Amino acid sequence: MGDSLGRVPDVPKISAADVSKVATLARLSLTDDELTTATAELAAMLDHFADIDALDLDGVEPMMQPTPLANVMREDIEGETLDRDEVLSQAPLTEDGRFRVPPIIGIQD
Amino acid sequence: MSSMSDQPTTAVDLAKNVRNGVAKAVDVVDEYLARIDERDGEINAFNLVLADQARERAAEIDAMISVGRDPGPLAGVPVALKDNLCTRGIPTTCSSKILADWKPPYDATVVTRLRDAGAIFVGKTNLDEFAMGSSTENSAFGPTKNPHDTTRVPGGSSGGSAAAVAANFAAVSFGSDTGGSIRQPAALCGVVGVKPTYGAVSRLGLIAFGSSLDQIGPFAHTVRDAAVALETISGHDPGDSTSIQQGPLDLSDTLDLGVAGLRVGRITDLPKGASPDVEERLEAAFDALREAGAEIVDVEMPAFNYGLTAYYLIAPAEASSNLARFDGVRFGMRTAAPDTNSMYTATRTDGFGAEVKRRIMLGTYALSAGYYDAYYGRAQKVRRLIANDFAAAYAKADVLLTPASPTVAFKLGDKASDPLAMYLCDTYTIPSNLTGDPGMSVPFGTGEHGLPVGVQILAPALKDHVMFQAAATLERHMQNLQDQNVSAS
Repeated sequence: MGDSLGRVPDVPKISAADVSKVATLARLSLTDDELTTATAELAAMLDHFADIDALDLDGVEPMMQPTPLANVMREDIEGETLDRDEVLSQAPLTEDGRFRVPPIIGIQD
Repeated sequence: MSSMSDQPTTAVDLAKNVRNGVAKAVDVVDEYLARIDERDGEINAFNLVLADQARERAAEIDAMISVGRDPGPLAGVPVALKDNLCTRGIPTTCSSKILADWKPPYDATVVTRLRDAGAIFVGKTNLDEFAMGSSTENSAFGPTKNPHDTTRVPGGSSGGSAAAVAANFAAVSFGSDTGGSIRQPAALCGVVGVKPTYGAVSRLGLIAFGSSLDQIGPFAHTVRDAAVALETISGHDPGDSTSIQQGPLDLSDTLDLGVAGLRVGRITDLPKGASPDVEERLEAAFDALREAGAEIVDVEMPAFNYGLTAYYLIAPAEASSNLARFDGVRFGMRTAAPDTNSMYTATRTDGFGAEVKRRIMLGTYALSAGYYDAYYGRAQKVRRLIANDFAAAYAKADVLLTPASPTVAFKLGDKASDPLAMYLCDTYTIPSNLTGDPGMSVPFGTGEHGLPVGVQILAPALKDHVMFQAAATLERHMQNLQDQNVSAS
């Protein structure tokens, strides 16, 4: 399984077990076939992304975002908020003016 | 194809005619809706056409004019909105099954500003699901076709908005650009497309993909229309904490200043991969600017080449975080399950398409314990190297010229099974998302199969107006050639 430049990784950087764990963290469920495909695709990508491995990045300041802005504050004053009924009308399930969800504890896989 | 060669009326002229009473907004809107009706079955630019609302709004605009009120600089202009821009009470789907029935409880700031300027919304346009893709094939509602050749993609992710302007379904449209999602489809559809300086346009009400990268921008037939559209939506918004604290961009006033003395940079170590027809048009663009009085200077940007890697670690990381909100609780669909955890998983597994899942997993991996430093952390450092390269280049050059897309529009399905090949479409557009600098694609002739080629102009942050001057010069060059051909024939 090579990437689009035809390079084949020597050692896959990511295993099916890794991908399965990542899917669980991301709240996604994969079939066995999907897991096999995803593992191959992610391995090819990570191999491509190894082009930055050779860069000397010691002492380089990470860049989190492009603006010089930091900690933008506003006055703590009352303002308009969204209409509760309008918001709730778009939720899958509501009850008594609140979002309704299934039990949080008690049933676990 | 015949309708494509007719010069479409510009947004500036439409608004002028409506404001002067020369044209009625209701007639303008009917003309555009008729074109949509006739041809969008084939193109699929729209997820939703707002025919009734558009006619109602047009009647309001005409009523304002009749009593001497000015509806604004975009009076009566038919506008299309990418379907990741929130419209109150009107479905906003991100072309995803997970949001298929969701109606936002508020308008995006750009939507409010456009309405206040007299624009008329004709529809919500198709996109790659959650703006992830370069072909608009990753839509839960089917692909959009390129109006120049319906066997080809319009580019993406804002393919519906690009196609809507190219087919003249709207005079102006809006998209979002996280890694090239306005500029690449603009190039492939032969229209002007702009990603402004990060923070120049409020992101409030744009459903987030990569929050440090996303910017909203216009598609238009002409550089001047794009300038007016961008002036309308830009300017500080207290509702977006990353919004730059200054007024709207001023672009129209300096549009015709030309490029005499302007230093135009050629990146000597630009990543390879552009096809010969695209390279040829880029050279022609350098020549055109030189003839118009610009000075061409060489710049080196060794880190440009690492943009793709930095981007495809950073953007999915931000996306995996942003898309965590789609869990079946507050909006969109839910797949029933006995407890919350299994409900989250069932909903997301059913609701998201393959590319969105791929990027969520890539981003989750890049952020996960043990890999954060190796991937996300290193990518943020590479991002700094790229910003340093741009700073050095902009010390020597006022603007930079590159291809907008490595190739002309490719065939539907060509890259659908190779995610990496699709990612390489964004090689030339990604770096300025990482740095927050503006970029735009301007149509500059045709390449293989007679398909449009776009040239990308890049400029430093808040120098959007300089970028527009160069774009206007290239546009004028093409217009002059066309005029000569007409008079010769």
